[in-house]
Amino acid sequence: MKKLLSLLPLCAAIGIGIAGWWGLNPNRDPGAIPSVLIDKPVPVFELSDVAGTGTPGLATQDLLMSQEPILVNVFASWCLPCRAEHAVLARMVREEDLNLVGINYKDKPATAAKWLAELGNPYSRIGSDQTGRAGIEWGISGVPETFIVGPGGKVIFRHVGPISSDAALAKIRGALAVARKDKP
Amino acid sequence: MIRILLVLGLFATAASAVEPDEILSDPTLEARARVISANLRCVVCQNEPIDTSNAGVARDLRLLVRERLVAGDTDKQVFDYVVARYGDYVLFKPPWKSTTYALWLTPIAFAIFGMLSILLILRRSSREFTIVEALSPEEEAQLSELEKRKKDRDI
Repeated sequence: MKKLLSLLPLCAAIGIGIAGWWGLNPNRDPGAIPSVLIDKPVPVFELSDVAGTGTPGLATQDLLMSQEPILVNVFASWCLPCRAEHAVLARMVREEDLNLVGINYKDKPATAAKWLAELGNPYSRIGSDQTGRAGIEWGISGVPETFIVGPGGKVIFRHVGPISSDAALAKIRGALAVARKDKP
Repeated sequence: MIRILLVLGLFATAASAVEPDEILSDPTLEARARVISANLRCVVCQNEPIDTSNAGVARDLRLLVRERLVAGDTDKQVFDYVVARYGDYVLFKPPWKSTTYALWLTPIAFAIFGMLSILLILRRSSREFTIVEALSPEEEAQLSELEKRKKDRDI
């Protein structure tokens, strides 16, 4: 008994050590909120188009049909990081034959249309989510957020924040490559 | 630029914790909504319940909770609805499952460790004070000699 008890401080030290090693890992983001959507089918939502853009609206059905991965980007014209991200997304669409669709989050259609006219419109479909209810269905905490929907309509990746850094872009490209590989 | 800042400013002030237009006319439903929203974590501010958070998403979730209650959901159904979209993360009291064992058990482990340490220290210190070894025959003799001398002097 006494011998066992004398091992207790060592066990405690090891326990605290493991906790510290895990907690201080620079690659761990303590603020990251795991998405419950990963490996699940896309949520049920139906959004009409953003008036003035000439781009069709977006609904669950549109994401179920594709054989290629689809990038779903939640954006708003009032969101500054979205502006930074826009050029990166547009270039990806232009150069990589990518299907990009948008959810225009809590935005005025007129402002959104003007924003897209000014910056260019790389989206093949845009749903207008003026109440933010579709945003809740997707479990977003803010804009911008980007999801990758794999073939068959399964959500396979989520990125919070703008895709403007090389690191973020590399992550998106990696996830896209994986998605293209598991074609059914 | 100024216009963008203005829009952002409007967005920030337009939503504040439980506004008059959110409150339900039925006081029992409203009371339930308040209890539920006090137990749901805001996904933007993270350590604040949606009940007191000014974030836009928090307001949307407050409205959603009330909408579900009006539609006749039980409290559990409302929690399940939100958890299905945002995960266990939004609960201030997470459920007991494999990913949360460490969360629930660590305080208990620390309490047991602490109690054992205190017990061990108490036992050691009481032993130091109470264990008195018996005197050897020589010491016994010395003692009685001293006592005898003391008595002799007192007289």
